[in-house]
Amino acid sequence: MSELHSTVSPEELHAVHTPPGREVAVDLVGVHKWYGEFHVLKDINLKVHRGERIVICGPSGSGKSTMIRCINRLEEHQQGTIIVDGIELTNDLKRIDEIRREVGMCFQHFNLFPHLTILENLTLAPIWVRKMPKKEADELAMHFLTKVKIPEQAHKYPGQLSGGQQQRVAIARALCMKPKIMLFDEPTSALDPEMVKEVLETMVSLAEEGMTMLCVTHEMGFARQVANRVIFMDAGQIIEMNEPEPFFSNPQHERTRLFLSQILH
Amino acid sequence: MSMTFDDGTFIRNEMVEPLPPPKQRIGAVAWMRENLFSGVLNTLLTVLGILAVVWVVPPLVRFMIIDAVWTGENREACLGPEVGACWPFIHAKFGQLIYGFYPISERWRVDIVFAAGALLLVPLMVLSWPFKRINAFLFFVAYPVVAFVLLTGGNINASAFLLERFGLIGGLVGDAQIGGVNLVFWVDYVLTTLLVMAAIGGLIALLGGSGRSAAITTLWVFLSLGLVIFIWDVDVGLDYVETRQWGGLLVTLVIAVTGIVASLPLGILLALGRRSQMPVVRLLSVIFIEFWRGVPLITVLFFATYMLPLFLPQGTNPDALLRALVGVALFSAAYMAEVVRGGLQAIPKGQYEGAMAVGLTWSQMMRLIVLPQALTLVIPGIVNSFISLFKDTTLVLIVSIFDFLGQLRASFTDPNWATPVTLYTGFAFAGVVYFLFCFGMSRYSLFVERRLNTSHRH
Repeated sequence: MSELHSTVSPEELHAVHTPPGREVAVDLVGVHKWYGEFHVLKDINLKVHRGERIVICGPSGSGKSTMIRCINRLEEHQQGTIIVDGIELTNDLKRIDEIRREVGMCFQHFNLFPHLTILENLTLAPIWVRKMPKKEADELAMHFLTKVKIPEQAHKYPGQLSGGQQQRVAIARALCMKPKIMLFDEPTSALDPEMVKEVLETMVSLAEEGMTMLCVTHEMGFARQVANRVIFMDAGQIIEMNEPEPFFSNPQHERTRLFLSQILH
Repeated sequence: MSMTFDDGTFIRNEMVEPLPPPKQRIGAVAWMRENLFSGVLNTLLTVLGILAVVWVVPPLVRFMIIDAVWTGENREACLGPEVGACWPFIHAKFGQLIYGFYPISERWRVDIVFAAGALLLVPLMVLSWPFKRINAFLFFVAYPVVAFVLLTGGNINASAFLLERFGLIGGLVGDAQIGGVNLVFWVDYVLTTLLVMAAIGGLIALLGGSGRSAAITTLWVFLSLGLVIFIWDVDVGLDYVETRQWGGLLVTLVIAVTGIVASLPLGILLALGRRSQMPVVRLLSVIFIEFWRGVPLITVLFFATYMLPLFLPQGTNPDALLRALVGVALFSAAYMAEVVRGGLQAIPKGQYEGAMAVGLTWSQMMRLIVLPQALTLVIPGIVNSFISLFKDTTLVLIVSIFDFLGQLRASFTDPNWATPVTLYTGFAFAGVVYFLFCFGMSRYSLFVERRLNTSHRH
């Protein structure tokens, strides 16, 4: 099983295991979603506590991305309730904006703004959404750029950076809004193998600080290291949810076993 | 040295250092061989090109410069055989070509408008110069208001806004005039403002929004509009020059600049409307765009000039130039909308999602993320529309507004300057003038494109 952790060093394995709090950060109750006729999410029930780190895996098309995109309303759910940070998601635009301010997100393809410098990418939301003075926003941005270890790139444009650097900028951009919850939608799947490690390290250090995280990823080493719970999804439903140790060593559902055997060899 | 073994394995011992590229043959001959005579077809095309230049350029230079007449008082100077361009004709008609029939004693007002426009436009166009905000405010807001007063003379004699149209105010205040300003109008204006504030505020509050902020927004709109009307209404002591007396380059520039400045924001709004998720907004935008694109500009101008007065209530007879202006602006806004829509469609979905995920509102997302990228993408299309709008302004000739070209053609009828070359001279001059404006716009757009292309998109 050690090949599995090729991206994360063994010392780091013991780094994180802070117990999560009892306060509920995200609550999905009986959530359903359809794309036209197609039933993508079926009866999703998930309670994420503050400080908890959830890794979601599953085959493509299983609805895992759709599920976390429902949490900040990039996708609309049609049935059930989603409560984020105590606010229920409805069609009320004010509530949606309020939730998006508290929920940071990183995408597979980074979605940085190519016409702005790295620094401007980071300060945009604090300045316009949090109404922060520019100087303060710049300092905040430099703080987080230093944290993701690329302060020297501040005045370049996204197109001049490598994929791994871009994804770290994207993480820093989300952090600049001081979010209470972070969503990661396959943050390493578009990266060259050499760059996966630097992004995962950033995510690990974020986890160490007690950030509430929901990550869609197939980096099982990462899941084993930082996750409090691992979720396996297939065909739009949650098939199995367990702590990482029993999840990997003793998966219960037939479908989970098949999936794990295919990605873990 | 690297080692290769017989069994096909290989280990590199030394890395290869980068070397300069092979020396290319430099010099004029090499350049010509590569770019002009690289094959039979290209050689043939080069020869044809040279022939075309030889065929066109020398006669043109001879007509415009060598054989041209430079001084003279009337047609006598330009009669003789083998005579080229008759420049004294342009010199004699120059004032008319620039100002039309604008009274000669008042031409300084037009000069000020031209000079102020140039003074405000140049620093706005040099992207690296500071104070863009205040500069843009001066050019787009203050300048048109002042230019209006200078060109027409202001003092529009506003007499009724809304309530007085029903005769509600006149009896109340009597016929009081203060400094050329009609008191009836302003009492009417203030009362209407309060009424509209109450109506909008009440409606929004009823619908569950913030009635107070809606009312305050309304107040601001009315305040700024009131300020503009007041500036136009005050008697600044300038003679009234009606737009029928305007002409020449003045009219061309007024129509083109108004059209350009109005069509871009309108076009952006229409493009956003057409991509809106609200069905009514989308439908209205589509209808508007398709209507204006489906009708020729000439028809629009005819309609605005001759048919609109039939539909408007008696007594409301907007100025002819104003009607043409609105027609041109709406017409080009429809085209602009489609250009901008093309740019909006090129922005990937991820940009919207990235912007939403960091918490930007819809208008912030559009203003800060989507439109800057979309507009940069379609600069060539936008400038294309501007250039064609600039040239299309000549069509106002058919509704008896004499723009630059119209004024030029009018001057051909002067028997003092009736010579065989007058026509050619005039059109050569017009060609040069139009070319300078359009070529200028084109070059400037290329410059902006290069400057904004710093994003190194992936």
